[in-house]
Amino acid sequence: MATTTGLESLVDQIISVITNDGRNIVGVLKGFDQATNIILDESHERVFSTKEGVQQHVLGLYIIRDDNIGVIGELDEELDASLDFSKLRAHPLKPVVH
Amino acid sequence: QLFFSYFKDLVGQEVTVELKNDLAIRGTLHSVDQYLNIKLENTRVVDQDKYPHMLSVRNCFIRGSVVRYVQLPPDGVDVDLLHDAARREARGG
Repeated sequence: MATTTGLESLVDQIISVITNDGRNIVGVLKGFDQATNIILDESHERVFSTKEGVQQHVLGLYIIRDDNIGVIGELDEELDASLDFSKLRAHPLKPVVH
Repeated sequence: QLFFSYFKDLVGQEVTVELKNDLAIRGTLHSVDQYLNIKLENTRVVDQDKYPHMLSVRNCFIRGSVVRYVQLPPDGVDVDLLHDAARREARGG
């Protein structure tokens, strides 16, 4: 039953990826494989800082290699739309340390 | 294989997953796989003010390799059972 955590249910959905170097990349999941390499379309990076609001850097079509992936989150678009990114201040995420 | 089976039995419980980048995510254990990748539902980040990065995420897939700890409810664990199983696994392996 709970033996395969497939990403199938997230295909064609907007997802938020946290990479091992601490970046947050948002885009549409187009594909993935057994090793969780992923293809992200219409992607943009959300850069958080303590000095200014969230910046968005448009990236386009991206392949993210599995060994750089930390978390893949299903973005709730309604919730996301209700956030005021210009007011958010935060330290950037730390990189993963093994 | 022991922990894979163990986590399968924990599906449905509330857990907190602490990652190697210090982020901590609380949620309901939805599923787990052979790599101990974890899918959580109804997630909220533990320190939301410090880590607003996942405010609009309610379900997530966490790669097994980035997990530092999985915090379990103390009464959700049969410690003796786990202890026995681990001893057996250690002998057999």
